[in-house]
Amino acid sequence: MSNDLEILRQEVLSELAGATDLKAWDAVRVSTLGKSGRLTALLKALGKMQPDERKARGVALNRLRDELTRAIEARGKELEAAALEARLVAERVDVTLPPPPVERGYLHPISRTIEEMTAIFGAMGFKVAEGPDIETDWHNFSALNTPAHHPARTDHDTFYLPPQPGLDVTRVLRTQTSGVQIRTMLAQKPPIRVIVPGRTYRADHDATHSPMFHQCEGLVVGKGITLGHLKGCLIEFLRAFFGKPDLPVRFRSSYFPFTEPSLEVDIGWSRKTGEIGGGEDWLEVLGAGMIHARVLANCGLDPREWQGFAFGMGIERLAMLKNGIPDLRSFYESDIRWLRYYGSDPLAPALLHEGV
Amino acid sequence: MKFTLSWLYDHLDTQATLEEICAKLNQIGLEVESVENRGAAIEPFLTARILDAQPHPNADRLQVCRVDAGPGFQDVQVVCGAPNARKGLAVIFAPPGTYVPGLDITIKAGKIRGEASGGMLCSLRELGLGEESNGIAELPEDTLPGQSYADFAGLDDVVIDIAITPNRGDALGVRGIARDLAAAGLGTLRPWLAETVEGKFDSPVVWDISYPEACPWVLGRTIRGVKNGPSPEWLQRKLESIGLRPISALVDITNYFCFDLGRPLHVFDAAKIAGSKLTLCRGAGEKFRALDGQDYTVGTEDCVIADQAGVQSLAGIMGGEATGATAETIDVFVECALFDPVKIALSARRVGVSSDSSYRFERGVDPALPVSALEAATRLIIDLCGGEASEVVSAGAQPAWQRDATLRFARLRDLGGLDVPADESVDLLEKLGFEVQDRDDAQVRVSVPSWRNDIAQKPVLAQGEGIPADVAAKAAEGVAAIESESDLVEEVLRLKGLDAVPAVPLPSVVVVPEAALTPRQARLALARRFLAARGLTETVGFSFVSHEEAERFGGAPESLRLLNPIASDLDQMRPTPMINLLAAVKHNSARGWGDLGLFEVGPAFAENGQQPVVAGVRSGHTPRYPGQAGQPVSLWAAKADALELLQELGVNPDALSTTTDAPGWYHPGRSGVLRQGPKNVLAYFGELHPSLLQAEGIDVPVVGFELMPDVVPDPKRKKKAAPRLSAFQPVRRDFAFVVARDVPGEKLLRAVRGAERQLVADVSLFDVYEGPHVPEGHRSIGVEVTLQPMDKSLTDAELEAVSEKIVAAVSKATGATLR
Repeated sequence: MSNDLEILRQEVLSELAGATDLKAWDAVRVSTLGKSGRLTALLKALGKMQPDERKARGVALNRLRDELTRAIEARGKELEAAALEARLVAERVDVTLPPPPVERGYLHPISRTIEEMTAIFGAMGFKVAEGPDIETDWHNFSALNTPAHHPARTDHDTFYLPPQPGLDVTRVLRTQTSGVQIRTMLAQKPPIRVIVPGRTYRADHDATHSPMFHQCEGLVVGKGITLGHLKGCLIEFLRAFFGKPDLPVRFRSSYFPFTEPSLEVDIGWSRKTGEIGGGEDWLEVLGAGMIHARVLANCGLDPREWQGFAFGMGIERLAMLKNGIPDLRSFYESDIRWLRYYGSDPLAPALLHEGV
Repeated sequence: MKFTLSWLYDHLDTQATLEEICAKLNQIGLEVESVENRGAAIEPFLTARILDAQPHPNADRLQVCRVDAGPGFQDVQVVCGAPNARKGLAVIFAPPGTYVPGLDITIKAGKIRGEASGGMLCSLRELGLGEESNGIAELPEDTLPGQSYADFAGLDDVVIDIAITPNRGDALGVRGIARDLAAAGLGTLRPWLAETVEGKFDSPVVWDISYPEACPWVLGRTIRGVKNGPSPEWLQRKLESIGLRPISALVDITNYFCFDLGRPLHVFDAAKIAGSKLTLCRGAGEKFRALDGQDYTVGTEDCVIADQAGVQSLAGIMGGEATGATAETIDVFVECALFDPVKIALSARRVGVSSDSSYRFERGVDPALPVSALEAATRLIIDLCGGEASEVVSAGAQPAWQRDATLRFARLRDLGGLDVPADESVDLLEKLGFEVQDRDDAQVRVSVPSWRNDIAQKPVLAQGEGIPADVAAKAAEGVAAIESESDLVEEVLRLKGLDAVPAVPLPSVVVVPEAALTPRQARLALARRFLAARGLTETVGFSFVSHEEAERFGGAPESLRLLNPIASDLDQMRPTPMINLLAAVKHNSARGWGDLGLFEVGPAFAENGQQPVVAGVRSGHTPRYPGQAGQPVSLWAAKADALELLQELGVNPDALSTTTDAPGWYHPGRSGVLRQGPKNVLAYFGELHPSLLQAEGIDVPVVGFELMPDVVPDPKRKKKAAPRLSAFQPVRRDFAFVVARDVPGEKLLRAVRGAERQLVADVSLFDVYEGPHVPEGHRSIGVEVTLQPMDKSLTDAELEAVSEKIVAAVSKATGATLR
């Protein structure tokens, strides 16, 4: 190799070694291989040489160019790697710190419980019906075979509202959502399967009573619906709701003005541990019965043709039992700590295929 | 209704255990509320006698007693500290191993100060039975040692409390309960027959009825020469065991029959009756003093018993003080009447009294019982108080109570879901007192026993007004035809036990049912989930608030004010759930939790009806984080909540406009109304008014929104056209406009959007600026416009043309110029 080439080689290699960042490295690259680079100049000069000289010089120059190109590339990669390394070190943060807080929201146990009831009864072909909280006396009582003097009325501690101007109708805050049963039977032809979850009101306020609470009523009207169906439907509901396929369920005779036969339903539990389905004790969870002939007739249905059953349960009561919530009043106090504790995840709605 | 086991045994001959009795009561509809066994806790205590008492050799205050407590404990040495322990005294003895409830200890045999002590002599307080404790209890002198003290004191009886449903007036007497249990197979009902007491003279007091609608029939008789002292111990004990206070023999006897037979009676002191006639008549606004010492005013609907001097009794509800029996009573007049249940119920409610008597009359008493009940009462009065009885006097007549009912046996299966053999059904009905009138293979006709007022009554209907007459008539006919049959089905099932009915799944119409929720209902469920996922937590607030509060939130009309609120701050139907949310912010903030997000989906009430409202609030400050200070909650968060939710519910945000006329509870300059078209108000949002927050006592910033889901157009499920997804890159251009300050930004953005609909795919705001370089009274609004060519890339010239079009459109709509 000619002396000048060796000198250039040494020069470039030493410059590369001296380049400690990509900028310096790029300067070496450009000054060597760039348009006006040293090696480029030598290559350009080849054309002016005699053919015999040119051949040997060309071979040497090409070899040098290859070598220097490789050396430059290699140095470039080295420097890139070092630069990346330095950047990664510089960019390091304390990942043990918490991320910026995002507030989580929760659903109230009452709406969660209504959702669960809707999912289960929905699977049995029930629709959800609704009605006004301010009811007429007739819808809330009279149509349900509870005339003004009926002793059951005094048990209800009804809230009254003044009559609307020009209308001689006693208005009450509904003491039960049963008025919606009446509205449903008046509005649609059987067969009927509805549940009616909603707000109800009674003038009672202590540790176990709230002046407002929620009930879910159910109504089934059809042909050939018997008390056996009532039992089947409610047993299925209770077992699904509490997630206990073997939950003991007991039926006791009782009385409601709007059903006959009437009954109350108990589930097995342990008074000691509060465990649902375990223990020797019984806990009342709902009332039900075959729809009273008078109620059907009050809605224009001939009880010889149509029959069915109705049931009603306290939503808070079932929510308390299922979730172990001790105090009824806490449902309405809107204490954020309580709501976060007993509230449920909005992205996990009650879906039968995911489990309620 | 409380009764004791021994009282039940007066009427029921049974070998059943307490558990079996309770289980059966529950099964047949007489729900057991509680079972109290006072004797169980003191079972080991024995009666005993102190044979000898000597001073303790090593202690001044103790005595060493020798005690006889019967077999096994005939001569036990007991060290006792009671000053009244003395030789010959009959006492209560606790043998070793006895748990003493009043002291919470268990007695052990041992030595006290060196002297052996094999038990304990007790006070009643130590047994958990009383307060007084002046030494040990002293029993009557003739007490036999070695008896169970519980037995001796009559505390071995179990008290059962059952809930009687309003239809079962017949079970408001122990005999009625016994009858039901016997019919359910738990023993036999003992015969009960009232012995007739011959009348020796004409009653000096007679009856008259001038208000037969309230009192169809009344009986009475005078018993003269009685001595009204305390009643005997057996009677006192019976009454005390169910929580009644013994008063005097005459009064106790009436109470006894009230609970034994469910038959209310009343006794007048005959000497205090003015004149010789008691009249059942309407009240006339008089005041009279009842046995409870209270004065009551009686009206024309109330049935009273009056003598010449005036009202002496609120009939069937409570007797009067002036004519009541006392210790001095010598001649007594016994009243045994039938009252109309509805009249009694309404009267009792009017005067605000519920007595044991009115409770029974309201629920219906046995109309066939008065004659024998009066005989039985006469007999007991003479037995306990002496004297002689007059002839029975009466007014009115026994009303016809006889009714029949027919049961088609197949209905047990077709309504009750249980196949019951015909013979068994008939047998059960007969045990309840129904008598077979005629019967064939398919059905039986029975007469209804007099005490079952709930069965085969004439149907009373309250049919809806809109029902066509023929439909209503046919339905009413149906009730008349089958109601009494349903009564009988219930009776048979009740005795068989509902657990015997096989559970059958509801027939499925289809395997996969339709959605249970309507689209509107589902939308509310979605709103809940959406807001909770945005970090708000759901609350449930009362539908009533205080009317003062309601007035601050849009009004408190009289028509929505409760006539009988439970508290003065819960008297008005709420105009918006926002009231409850602010109260929740206040309470949480007071507890130190002021940084909150809450929402409620619930009714809001107005004079023209109720509608659901979705309301939400954010209060306090956003969380602090490195590089980011906590900021007061911003109205933009509330606007975003409302807007995003509307979009989630299917509203196209481009179709919305914002106006600045939010209601008065919002900050007038920092709130808005989201509208669709000029009429439909979908939501309010903004900062809450500072003076409102101050009035509420809330010291954290609060923003919120109220959204009216029923105003949101119903969700439509329409088929979407296939999307046009352009193959060309979008172009983004920034524009800054200088525009008069009072021009709503929304107007400017809309003008940009509408300038070239084919190309403008999106417009977003990136800057709002006021200050130097922008003329006074103006501001600069910077927007980024996304242009999306569909068929080919835009040329520079085309881009230029679009930009000019946008500027022109904005300028035309708002007077803005390009900055």
